[in-house]
Amino acid sequence: MSALATEPMTSPPSGGSSSGSAFLYRHPRLRLTGLLTAPMLWLGVLYLGSLAIMLVAAFWSTDEFTGQLIKQPTLKNFHTLLTGQVYWVVALRTLGIAVAVTVIDMILAVPIAFTAAKVVKSRGLRYALVIAVTMPLWAGYLVKGYAMETMFINNGVIDWMLAPLGLKGPGLGIPATIFSLAYLWLPYMILPIYAGLERLPDSLIEASSDLGASAGKTFRGVILPMIVPSLIAGSIFTFSLTLGDYIMVKIVGGTTQMFANIIYDNVGVANNLPLAAAAAVFPITVIVIYLLAVRRSGALDNL
Amino acid sequence: MNLSKSARWGLTAITGIVLVFIYFPLLVVLINSFNASKVFSWPPTSWTTQWWSKAATNEGVRSALLTSVKAGIGATLIAIVLGSMVAFAVARYDFFGRDSISFLVILPIALPGIITGIALNASFSTVLVPLGISFGLFTVILGHATFCIVVVFNNVVARLRRTGSSLEEAAMDLGAGPFQTFRDVTFPAVRSALVAGALLAFALSFDEIVVTSFTAGPGVETLPQWIFNNLFRPNQGPIINAVAAALLIAFIAPVYLAMRMSDGPSRVVQVGAEP
Repeated sequence: MSALATEPMTSPPSGGSSSGSAFLYRHPRLRLTGLLTAPMLWLGVLYLGSLAIMLVAAFWSTDEFTGQLIKQPTLKNFHTLLTGQVYWVVALRTLGIAVAVTVIDMILAVPIAFTAAKVVKSRGLRYALVIAVTMPLWAGYLVKGYAMETMFINNGVIDWMLAPLGLKGPGLGIPATIFSLAYLWLPYMILPIYAGLERLPDSLIEASSDLGASAGKTFRGVILPMIVPSLIAGSIFTFSLTLGDYIMVKIVGGTTQMFANIIYDNVGVANNLPLAAAAAVFPITVIVIYLLAVRRSGALDNL
Repeated sequence: MNLSKSARWGLTAITGIVLVFIYFPLLVVLINSFNASKVFSWPPTSWTTQWWSKAATNEGVRSALLTSVKAGIGATLIAIVLGSMVAFAVARYDFFGRDSISFLVILPIALPGIITGIALNASFSTVLVPLGISFGLFTVILGHATFCIVVVFNNVVARLRRTGSSLEEAAMDLGAGPFQTFRDVTFPAVRSALVAGALLAFALSFDEIVVTSFTAGPGVETLPQWIFNNLFRPNQGPIINAVAAALLIAFIAPVYLAMRMSDGPSRVVQVGAEP
């Protein structure tokens, strides 16, 4: 802990303040310690400590008969996961779903973010549009899950809408899962792109079109490169949230399993915390690798 | 910005379609809560308000609602205290490891909920349970507070950065001590951001299910858990639909208020509501 940036260059307070106040005034580091102690106990000890215990637990095992934890280090869990074909299938399927969700959200988010940031002229309307895409974030995960079920279920709303065309919806399964997750995470993609576009000066876009570039060329050559950090920031959310989701797939996925279901079922039904902890290493690794890979892009400042 | 007429039209049309895409399914839930049919059917052919009254008097719904409110209040109070403390430290002091602390605050929500859930489950069962503290409402509050801190932090730190420290310096130059400066200058400046953060932290806790399911003891059921547990039971559909519709309506006012009070809507959700 070192120097302070924003210290006023004055003498200590005199009249009217208590001695404790004056003491604190003269000891900024003590103030800083006072501010940080409790939060660091919570996040540094409780939270990081919990993550550490989970990683240690990945090397434990359970007694097959009693279900008791055996706290002796073993690589058994990782061996089980790496040699089980089903785990690879589910892991690859989950990655595929995460990529699909991310791409769909990018395609939907860019036009609406662009409209909000650059097309709408009135400030009030722009604000209303941003609120309109943000509000559903807080509408409740399960409310939206239930809404998606009513859309995709057999004889549900999608079947009803397609019936006049003689078509039927995809029903419950992987497509419904992809669509529902894209629906859930869309605001996480729109908002960083909106923020990125808001920072992009109009003059750059105008200069490009003044110099004769078509709208498509301006988009590819000027706008897209400038919002790459925003796209990456959004994709961190869509990717991370998809890797951790096991509920939506239960509601709209039919019998489909995602990777988080493996983790969840091992804590709950199978009562095998060590195997679940070992399985949790997979999404953590994917996300950490992703974060490290995109660190240089400046995307993390957009989070 | 100058755009061709067709581009402007195209973008407006796409925006309209995406908005319909976002709101149509929610509208279906609202409409269907008045559907008289006992099993799911669309479109509704006859109407009733009985599912709303049945939901309102349902024992399971009421006790789950109470549990959720308790958990939300507990987690929000902790988040207000810890979140604003970190926000002050990060916005007003320059120290070694400051960036790591911002990162640490965001981590519980940047990692998937299932990771936070399983980590807390592992540590509670190896540390708290041997100490005689079993899984229950208390452990749910511990879990929720962990990821609610970031919402309060985000709102307060944004406000502190925006207002700068010159007013505080002026107060101190004029002889106010740290406590008086905080009471008369800093606190009034961050008050609305704090309220916004608290509302959103409560909303986040109220909606959470993943961390909850890993940290709740037997007999502790929050409202989202009640919905999830009943989703796969027969004959509960219409009541779930009414509860979902009620939640949709109940959420609008506080979240809208929170957005108006914070420093712009995009700020609020930069780290948003992870389930």
